[in-house]
Amino acid sequence: MSDTITTGALSSGGAKKVLRINEVVIRIAGNSQDGIQAIGGFLARLAGRSEQEVMTFMTIPSTISGGPSIFQVRIGSGEVLTSGDDADVLLCFYQHSYEGHINSLKKKGLVLYDSDHVVPKEEWLADYHHVGIPISSLTVEAIGGTAKDKGKNIYSLGLIARMFDLNVAKLEKLLGERFTGKDPSILNNALAAFHAGYANSPSNVMETFQLADSQKKGGHQVVMNGNEAIGYGLIAAGVRFGAGYPITPWTDIMELLRRELPKYGGSFIQCEDEIASVSMALGASFAGRVAVTGSSGPGIALKTEAIGWAVMAEMPLVVINVQRGGPSTGMPTNIEQSDLNIAINGGHGDAPRVVLAPANVEDCFYMAIEAVNIARKYNTPVFFLTDQGIATRIEAFTEPNLEKVCQDITPDFTPVASYKPYDLAAQNGVSPQVKPGTRILDGKYPIATGLEHDEYGHPSGSPKVHMLQNAKRRKKLQALGATLPVPKVYGPSEGNVLLVGWGSTEGPIREAVDRFRAAGDSVSAIHLRHVNPLPNGLENIFSGFNHVFVVEMNDEGLYGIGQLGTILRARYADPKIQGINKTDGLTWKVKEIVELVKAKAKK
Amino acid sequence: MSQTLTEKPIIPAAATETATGERKGLTRKEIVADHPTWCPGCGDFSVLALYFKLIEKRKLWHEKITTISGIGCSSRFPYFVQAHGAHFIHGRALPFASGVSLSRPDLHVFAFSGDGDAFSIGGNHFTHTARKNVKMTLVVMDNQVYGLTKKQTSPTSPLGFKSKTDIWGAVDYPINPAKQAIAVGASFVARTTASNPNHVLAMMEAAMDHDGFSFVHCLSECVEFYEGAFDAANPRKGGAFNEVPKNHDVADEHAAYKLASADFPGNFGVLYKVNKPTKNAREAEINASLQSKFTGLKDWQILQKTFDRMK
Repeated sequence: MSDTITTGALSSGGAKKVLRINEVVIRIAGNSQDGIQAIGGFLARLAGRSEQEVMTFMTIPSTISGGPSIFQVRIGSGEVLTSGDDADVLLCFYQHSYEGHINSLKKKGLVLYDSDHVVPKEEWLADYHHVGIPISSLTVEAIGGTAKDKGKNIYSLGLIARMFDLNVAKLEKLLGERFTGKDPSILNNALAAFHAGYANSPSNVMETFQLADSQKKGGHQVVMNGNEAIGYGLIAAGVRFGAGYPITPWTDIMELLRRELPKYGGSFIQCEDEIASVSMALGASFAGRVAVTGSSGPGIALKTEAIGWAVMAEMPLVVINVQRGGPSTGMPTNIEQSDLNIAINGGHGDAPRVVLAPANVEDCFYMAIEAVNIARKYNTPVFFLTDQGIATRIEAFTEPNLEKVCQDITPDFTPVASYKPYDLAAQNGVSPQVKPGTRILDGKYPIATGLEHDEYGHPSGSPKVHMLQNAKRRKKLQALGATLPVPKVYGPSEGNVLLVGWGSTEGPIREAVDRFRAAGDSVSAIHLRHVNPLPNGLENIFSGFNHVFVVEMNDEGLYGIGQLGTILRARYADPKIQGINKTDGLTWKVKEIVELVKAKAKK
Repeated sequence: MSQTLTEKPIIPAAATETATGERKGLTRKEIVADHPTWCPGCGDFSVLALYFKLIEKRKLWHEKITTISGIGCSSRFPYFVQAHGAHFIHGRALPFASGVSLSRPDLHVFAFSGDGDAFSIGGNHFTHTARKNVKMTLVVMDNQVYGLTKKQTSPTSPLGFKSKTDIWGAVDYPINPAKQAIAVGASFVARTTASNPNHVLAMMEAAMDHDGFSFVHCLSECVEFYEGAFDAANPRKGGAFNEVPKNHDVADEHAAYKLASADFPGNFGVLYKVNKPTKNAREAEINASLQSKFTGLKDWQILQKTFDRMK
């Protein structure tokens, strides 16, 4: 909650009053089968409909069923950049959720616990405001004896709705939409649980809170997570074919595309393995349908040979990589940015390819379209790097103008007089694609190939041809690099410290900059969304600062500068480029960045 | 509405007709591309010549055929054919060809492979492409040896075959491709041998006409590294070319399996053929059913309906 109002507010006595707040961070802790993601999802969606900013963070266990899980939601009337370092409210269902997450609560914050399962600890009573409610038994009382654990999430949603004076009509509507089409008794039960929770006004919560009206006006918002934004972005881009194999956390995207693409006359095929899925996608791309495949962690490693073929054969392809902790099976449900190296360099040989990294959920939607268009224009594989954090993070963003952004990329089969698929005279190395089904009037047909080849795609062992074709493949990406916008500096363009981030870490980095600047420290940031090729002109930005710190969620590596840091060092040969790295599997907390920057700048 | 995967693409009229009217079938000269890199005497020459004959006989046009392969001697195939083609990576021709087949109902999809490519490194894809019944024709030129890498044991090398990786003779039991194909659900399985050209052509034609995954297992001798391997199937070398018995019921899976189990050289012809819905047809059904709910809407309007639920 906003700093001016929260301190002590929850524990102050006196009559019930309504406090106006600017934002709130609520952490819900339980087990993965308790439906806590559903509460978080309702809160996020409600915030989106109220033109509020919202960001969520969740952890899920990589077990088959059960295991501790949390969902954190931050709702604000102003700009929300992260899901929040510390929570204002901790709603906990079990003793382990209580003990495991009390540290993530602000001092004097509110612990709302299920007194059927949680016994408060004496030593914490003074530091946190404790409110116990027998959530489990009250839920059973409200919706019947067979309910057991089911429904207590909706009961808790009612409690929270009352405490934060949330719009009941809108929440009822959301519940109705969520349970639509199912047995009507399910919706009735949900509403009963919600109202029971809402009616339970705990006597020791003396205040209720009201979020200030949003400063944001205009345009409707849509609410979705990063994986959904990618899936719908690909559909908007005109992608009608994809292939994949299930692996966490990529699977949601393939499930979405499998379900949605047929509505548009497209198909997403579940394959026997990762190699088959990249191969099938390439077959469709060869046939004229710019296709998508994707994976996470080990699955990406399996696809690298075929991606090398796509580079050699100059085939458009979008490869989604929802990164997770590695190497090997690693930490399947944790957050890490350690696949930058494999995205840029994975596989054998000199195989330049494009790597994009969206900064937030909205970016996932628009950059998916950009990825498709780069793949089509430059006939190259495009890696799309997100991570577990952005994949499941829910955000609200201004609804896109779909009529404008949706594309039709149906291939053109107009006959051509003659065709060289690997034309060495093509400007910037970018030669157009002519697809099967197209008649070539001089009777010379192309072969898409992984062997080094002449301009028609026929094998060539000539050293000269290899050098020329290598240069062609390289020049395409250099030409793309020249068109990329130089990122804007967040904060003044000169100063002491410049933070450089990429991908999902934009929010916490910006909030760290805000915090530094509020304290009078000279810190700015840039965020790279195009990671390979890099935009030109970064050296002009770097020259305005004493320190350039690259903030990444990967290991500092043998030379202490992380994965992007190493690339920037190699390109700019500037020793002031240093790494700020971590691999704890969680999103950056703002305070972690602040502390590490302070320590590093002192050296 | 963008072009759906299940409808045939709109090909401009100029592409299919000449100025004088009806297009003639292609001549052999128009289909031939690079001179094959195979050794003189290789069985693969025969398969290539018969593929040309198939294109001529059935009046297929350059732009309507895709010739797809993986890696190996036989997989050099696409370079020798004047048509749209792809020379993909080792073992993965089938999923690649599936991507073509499932997104382009207007094309004839032919995949050419060898025993190592199809049954060893690509074994998993052989199983799953067959089981999914993706419409295409796969011709495996089986020489029972790795030729491109110069004589190592292949998954079809017989026990005792002496190679550079089994100098004392092969010790691993070989795969029987026809049996495997039947067992994993291929809907068309035929055996032929490169030494009998008319039979190869007949099998390729029958395979092309089959609506589903059609597999032609073609013995094709490697004169360099396994000379004489198939003499027992060649009457000119004192062997016997036994066709599938006239009374064999090609729809009888067990009978086909039994026939495929015969000792070498066994029987040649169509061992198994059954009509069942293809993956292509199944996906088209799913599409038709889902699209019927959005008749008359543009793509962006369909997406808008989804976004309206996310507000």
